[in-house]
This record gives sequence, C-alpha cells and structure tokens, in this order.
Amino acid sequence: MAQVEIRNVSKSFGDVKVVDNVNIFIKEGEFLVLLGPSGCGKTTLLRMIAGLEDITSGEIWIGGKVVNNTSPKERNIAMVFQSYALYPHMSVFENIQFPLKNQRMNKEKIREKVEWAAGMFGIEKLLNRKPRQLSGGERQRVAIARAMVRSPNVFLLDEPLSNLDAKLRASAREELQQFQEKVGITTIYVTHDQIEAMGLGDHIAVMSKGKVHQIGTPKEVYNNPADTFVASFMGSPPMNLIEKDDSILGFRPENFVPIDMLNADEGIETLEFFVTWFEDLGSDSLVYGNVKFQSSSSQKHVVSRLQSRANIKIEKGKTYTFAIKRQDLRFFDVKTGYKKNAH
Amino acid sequence: MLRQDIKRMLTKNWMDNKKLLSAIMITPAILYILIMVGLPLILAIFYSFSDATTGSSDFKFIGLQNFRDILEDPIFRKSLMNTFIFTFSSQIIVLILSNILAMVLAANYRGKWIVRFLILLPWTAPISLGTIGWLWMLDSIFSPFDWILRYMGLLGTQNALLGNMSNMYWLGEPVYAMASVILVHIWRILPLSTVILMAGLSSIPHDLMEAASIDGAGFFRTFFKIKIPLLIPIMSISLLFGFVFTFTDMTVVYVLTRGGPIHSTQVLSSWAFLKGIEAGDLAHGAAIALFLLPLLACVVILILKLARRTEVT
Repeated sequence: MAQVEIRNVSKSFGDVKVVDNVNIFIKEGEFLVLLGPSGCGKTTLLRMIAGLEDITSGEIWIGGKVVNNTSPKERNIAMVFQSYALYPHMSVFENIQFPLKNQRMNKEKIREKVEWAAGMFGIEKLLNRKPRQLSGGERQRVAIARAMVRSPNVFLLDEPLSNLDAKLRASAREELQQFQEKVGITTIYVTHDQIEAMGLGDHIAVMSKGKVHQIGTPKEVYNNPADTFVASFMGSPPMNLIEKDDSILGFRPENFVPIDMLNADEGIETLEFFVTWFEDLGSDSLVYGNVKFQSSSSQKHVVSRLQSRANIKIEKGKTYTFAIKRQDLRFFDVKTGYKKNAH
Repeated sequence: MLRQDIKRMLTKNWMDNKKLLSAIMITPAILYILIMVGLPLILAIFYSFSDATTGSSDFKFIGLQNFRDILEDPIFRKSLMNTFIFTFSSQIIVLILSNILAMVLAANYRGKWIVRFLILLPWTAPISLGTIGWLWMLDSIFSPFDWILRYMGLLGTQNALLGNMSNMYWLGEPVYAMASVILVHIWRILPLSTVILMAGLSSIPHDLMEAASIDGAGFFRTFFKIKIPLLIPIMSISLLFGFVFTFTDMTVVYVLTRGGPIHSTQVLSSWAFLKGIEAGDLAHGAAIALFLLPLLACVVILILKLARRTEVT
C-alpha cells in the first residue's frame, strides 16, 4: 500500500495538452475514481501513473518517492486494462502466475498465491482454460486476479467494466468494491460512467479537457458541484441549469417537484412548469418541459424526476406549479461557470 | 427504347449473378495454374516413368527404373544431403535474423526508412542479377572480401589467421562454397521473412506488451514468453515459404557454382536441371525433380498443422 501524489502534472502530444496541471492526493488505501467524458485525459493520467506514458511536466510520487523516471516494473503497481490484456496463449493459471514468475518466486509459493487469488475471485475451476474459452465476466476476474496476485502498492483500473453487460456490471461493481475494502490497496479507477464512479469511489476526481474540475466524495460532487461542467456531467438526467440575471441557477431533477409535495414553510422557490413530454421509467418518471421567469421573457427547458409511487397525475401540454427547496438551489457564475455562495 | 431496357436488364442480371461472376473472376487463375503448373507436373510424372531423352521423340515406359537409378547414384545422394543442409541451415539463420530485423524495423528511431529500404532492397532486385553481383564479390582473384581480409592482416601473410594464400577461393573450396551459397540465399530471402514477421509483430495488441511491462517482465522475458509464442503462427507461414522456396530454388546455386566444386554444392533442383535439361536425360531429370514433391507436401502439412495448433484467437 502506498499514497499517490500527482503534483502539477501535464502531458502534451505535440501542441495538444491532454493533461493540464493536475494535482491530486490519494491517501493510502483510498479508492479514487477519475471520471470524465471520452478524451478528457483520464486514461492518459492513469498511464502516466503506471509509467506507460512520459510526463511532460510535474511530478508523480508513489509511496513517498518520485517515480517520473522509474519503469512500470519498479513502481510495483498493477493495472487492469480495458481490454483485460490477458495473454491469449497462456492458460488462466499461467496468466495469473506471470507477474510472480517475473519476481523469480519459487514454484510452491507461486501455486499458493495463484490459488489464493483464484479463490478470491471464484475462478478456481477456470485455471486450465485459455482466455478465449472464457466469458467477458470471467476474463475480467482473471485480469483482476493477475493484477492483485503480487500485492501491488497501487492498483490501477482502466474502465474494466465497460465490456460487460449492464447486469454483470452491477454485480462486478459490488464485488470490486468489497474486494478493495478487504485488501485495502490504494486504487485509482478510470471511468466515464458516473454511476460507476458514484458507487465505487471514496473520492471522485471529475476531469474535462485535461483539467480536474472537482475532487470530493461522491455526495459532495453530486450535491455541491464546483462548476457547471460537474453539475451537468453528474446525474442522469443532469442538474437543470438556467440562467437568471447574473447567475446560473442549478437544481437536480429530483428536487424539482409539484408544489404540493413540499412544505411551504421550509423556504421554497416556485416556477410555472409547462409540460412538453412525459417518460415513465418504472420506478421514476421524467417530466420534461419549460419554465419561465417573470424577469425574462424566454423559456428554459428543464427536467423533473418524480417517484412513480408518489402517484401524481401529470399530462403533457398543461402548466403546473412546481417548486424547489431553497437549500437545494445552487448558483454558478455566468462568466466562469464556477459555483457561487448561496444568495 | 425497349431494346435498351432489355440490354440493361441483361447486363444487370449478369453483374448480379454471384456464381457466374465468381467463376469468371477465378478462371484466369485456375487456367494459369493448370497450364503453368499442372501441365508441367503431369508431364514430369509422365517422363519420370519413361526413358525419354531430348535427343529422341521415341520413348517407352520403364516403371520405377528411373527412381531406382537415381537412388543408386552417389551424386543424387550427395545432392539430397546438400539440399537438406542448404535448406535447414539457411532457414534457421533466416528465422533468427528475421526476428531481430523485424524488431529493429518495428522500433521507432531516426533514419528508420533508410534501414527499411536497405533491408528490403535484395527482394526488389532480380534474383539472377543479385546473384551475379555476389559472383563477382566472391571472385577467386578479385574478391573485395579477400582484399579486406588481406588489409586486416587475416590473410596472405606468414602467420595470418586464415592462411598464407592470397585468396580464400570462396567458390572453389567445398566448405566455403556451401557457406557462400547459403549466405547469398539468406541475403536473398531474408527480406520476405522479415516483412512477414513485421506484419505479425504489428498485429500483437499493444496492450499485451504494456501489461507485460507492468507485470515486471524484462526485454527477454517479454520476447520469449509473449512475442515469440504469439508470432509462431505467422512464423510458421514464413518458414513454410522459406522451406518451399529453398527446396525448389536453383538460381543461387546455378549462378554461383553450378553445383561445384565436385558437386559439393549440388542440390536436387540444380541436379535435376543439369541432368534433365543440360544433359538431355529428361526421364532421370524428371525423377530427381519429383523426388521432392512428397517430401515438400509433408513439410507443408506439418507446418500448417503447427500454425493451426498455435493459433490463439
């Protein structure tokens, strides 16, 4: 186990800056998720931590040592690739033992460790199979077992669940989190899926265009986004952002509900909501429509998420009075997009 | 107007008929193989069971007599042995060198294009012209290699490592002649093997190499445990080409030594040519040439089976 520090790290490919002055501190045993859209530089940052990519400027510290110029081998890190990168000509056993053989460990100990890793991920029966004979979920387990078998300082995962179907992804997420809690190895996990990020991470670093926009616990990042990018990236559907005077007003769809559902004493903002579209998702319903402020003539498109069991009748083409608790409103600067203190 | 419509329909139908179109497309290739390969092969089989010569149009069938004759012929046995030495030694060296070269060519460095150009050059030169160039370089009197050896003091003086004679007589000494023939042949087929292996190397997913480096594998472990096993299928194809090409090729031997000195570089293909065409003994020439056929067929089956067994995806 080790702590990881990323200090003013930048990476350029020619004139293009893909990672721009990133600073992140990851405590020992912490699970950090690098979250961002495709091409935001999260995988490049992970590859720099792994030693697969040179660092243009800045420093990466692992376990109190600068590792800028050390090879991946010397960093004692383990990585799970998006493609799993299992050696196709080797059996599952040979795949898992490969890192141990490189450490010149004796045969007895190798067998013991491989069996421990295989047992942990429930792949004991697959040890003699080749990767091509495994399902996507099994491959993913083998890849994680191979990464974990030599007890690395840091565990890096590059979108390891993206090749799994939705059902399997949910169970794999749960297993991964339980496993990380059990072994307590510092973990850095890259994903573009905010549900994964919310479910897995102790902390989330939200990235866009090479920059880190916010680092915080999943709750912090979701409830108090640092800027409009984070607000619009987190959540599905994302936070409603509407311009009002010199601010951008933000509120989550689940906090934007018919006025009857709120207690007026709590301090609420009301808006007239003209419903244009209604989607029943089973447990929830999404209500799309427009709101209009008295101070402005233009209409703003917003979404509301209502729990189906609340049993509220909404019809499209009609106008309703909806409201938001004042404490659930967020304000952002119109020019910079940064969060402002509440009015 | 109607005629144009019918014409268009006919043209469209003809172009849409996959069976007809594929038959038309494949016919030239089949005809080429039948005329240029099939016919001579049948003719050779025909001749090998006869007593045909170039001097007479009369011939009769004599069964397996030609095969019995050639097996008793010491030159044939020598040629057979030489063919194996020539093929196996050149293929082993080509396999090692092409692996090294493919890795050199796959790496990133300045001036890579000129290295690629130089390595691939022998393949672009006509085989006979290239070999004539080597014939001059291995000349018994004017060889530049001898000149370099003399200049370095390795040849032509009293205590010189390679002897006190002024020349090595590369093509005049049996062992040197064989070595020369093998080396020129390697020079000739190395580019093809290198290009095939380069294609194989570039098809190995980059992720695997990165995973190996993170798993702590050094250069040699990555090479022997990851790259080589993944390259075996394509290496088998390269080896297959090399084997067939070396077993059946006579240009290098014919241009450099004509099988000499004293048949020390004679291989089956050159012996078949000398016997069947130059000496006019068509029947024995055909029997010698056909001797390779079952052997090569076995080699091809063996290598293709190996390639199939080692395929990983």
